[in-house]
Amino acid sequence: MVNTSTPLKAESKDLNFYYANGHQALKSVSMPLYENKITALIGPSGCGKSTFLRCFNRMHDLYPGNKYEGQIVMHPDNTNVLAAGVDPIEVRMRISMVFQKPNPFPKTIFENVAYGLRVRDEKNKRVVADKVEEALKGAALWNEVKDRLNDLAFNLSGGQQQRLCIARALATDPEIMLFDEPTSALDPIATANIEELMSELKNKLTILVVTHNMQQAARVSDFTAYMYLGEMIEYGDTDVIFTRPTRKETEDYITGKFG
Amino acid sequence: MNTATNMLNNATALQISPRLAKNIRRNFKERIIELILMLAALSAVFTTFAIVAILLYESFGFFKSVSLVEFFTGTQWTPLFEDAHYGIMPLIAGTLTTSFVALAVAVPVGTITAIYLSEFASHKTREITKPILELLVGVPTIAFGYFALLFVTPLLQKIFPELPGFNMLSAGLVMGVMIVPYIASVAEDAMRAVPMSMREGSYAMGATRFQTALRVVTPAATSGIVAAYILAISRAVGETMVVAVAAGQQPNLTFDPTEGAATITAYIVQVAMGDLPHASIGYQSIFAAGLVLFVMTLCFNILGHVVRKKYREQY
Repeated sequence: MVNTSTPLKAESKDLNFYYANGHQALKSVSMPLYENKITALIGPSGCGKSTFLRCFNRMHDLYPGNKYEGQIVMHPDNTNVLAAGVDPIEVRMRISMVFQKPNPFPKTIFENVAYGLRVRDEKNKRVVADKVEEALKGAALWNEVKDRLNDLAFNLSGGQQQRLCIARALATDPEIMLFDEPTSALDPIATANIEELMSELKNKLTILVVTHNMQQAARVSDFTAYMYLGEMIEYGDTDVIFTRPTRKETEDYITGKFG
Repeated sequence: MNTATNMLNNATALQISPRLAKNIRRNFKERIIELILMLAALSAVFTTFAIVAILLYESFGFFKSVSLVEFFTGTQWTPLFEDAHYGIMPLIAGTLTTSFVALAVAVPVGTITAIYLSEFASHKTREITKPILELLVGVPTIAFGYFALLFVTPLLQKIFPELPGFNMLSAGLVMGVMIVPYIASVAEDAMRAVPMSMREGSYAMGATRFQTALRVVTPAATSGIVAAYILAISRAVGETMVVAVAAGQQPNLTFDPTEGAATITAYIVQVAMGDLPHASIGYQSIFAAGLVLFVMTLCFNILGHVVRKKYREQY
């Protein structure tokens, strides 16, 4: 059951989203995001879950012609991240993101993690070094890379690269972290590592994760939202969604009859 | 290469069912096609070897009468004079100076143009700008030469009144402008090949466009950008008409761009326009000069190859 004592970290209110070609990818989506919880977005391909996720850090701004309607409000300061006057760069400083395929930069391991601090003009070497170490520890990667921080990030394995990307996102102390199918390019062991990491991370921040893998949603998330054709069909406690969904569509998807 | 193809053929032959594998006619056709493709590829290689062989052969004749020591340490190049001297240094100095001036213009302007076109320009701007830029490549170099001589030099003389009518500065500057499209085009292709996911990663960290272009896209495209620079160096070193027209044809051992001087290419074109008897030392001297030019370009290409290999990106 939704614990009413859990504070809200963010919520989307009647969010519509249109791609440049006029296609409406999100239809009046409303959903809460509770603090220090993991919320999973599930649904068949093309249902809009990644589109929804990418609204939170205004990734759609990178491509001309995309249009948002509605609000995504962050708490406690009540900032609507979609408002015209809000700088998307400010938003991305508070809400970081981990992508489907590991996308390290062509830099050393150290510089990859320090990237967020560098673009924020952090000059103090001590601070940078401490933050990098802390982030790598937070991403459970420190022990594997502490002796080769100056190696190129491409030399790491896929799972290590993804944890490096998590460390990179972690280094700037974000409030919310978005995961866009973070394990779909990884093997089962690396996937288990990432899932364990997510469960630890939620003590520090709020997580929104898109996943294709129903077991993953059931394993890691506290809340689950089922989306279909750009609409939020059902949202609730993960335990409830996976055992007693109220909507027939949700049940069909979860039991594999559809999607 | 050939063994690899054979191994592949063997491997596939093993997997193909006997009913399909018996097709001798198809096999024969494949062989013929392979042969034609190989000949096409080899034609360029043979041409290169033929050029090198002729360069070496004629230079050998030259070096029978001129010692290597004199060739590389002499400070005067006057093979066609009564009092002949055969020191190549003045020509090398001219070539390096004009190339340096050209690259000083082309590398920054070309790189900035590439960054702008790839990372900042809208789709529409890029579609209009790039063809115009590439149009510059189609302008005959002789036109650039006279542009340097008759337009840029008088302009420069307003700033530097002592500048002679033939000077390496003007030739180098115009050559630089001429090379900009090469760098811009190749470097832009390299930057656009950087996957979007890498840019998104940078933007998601709160980076600006400029930070993303400079700190992520440019390093990711290093090998392609270096390739563009190498192409530009080879162009500059081998460029003939601009320097022959605007830099003067007087061999002059100096690295001062405000003076006139002949480059290796300018000397070759000057001698080639006269009628020297074959096998005369003057005739052979252009092959020796050509060989030096060839070795210089080769060195730059090898250097470029090494650098590219070092920075090959694995995204």
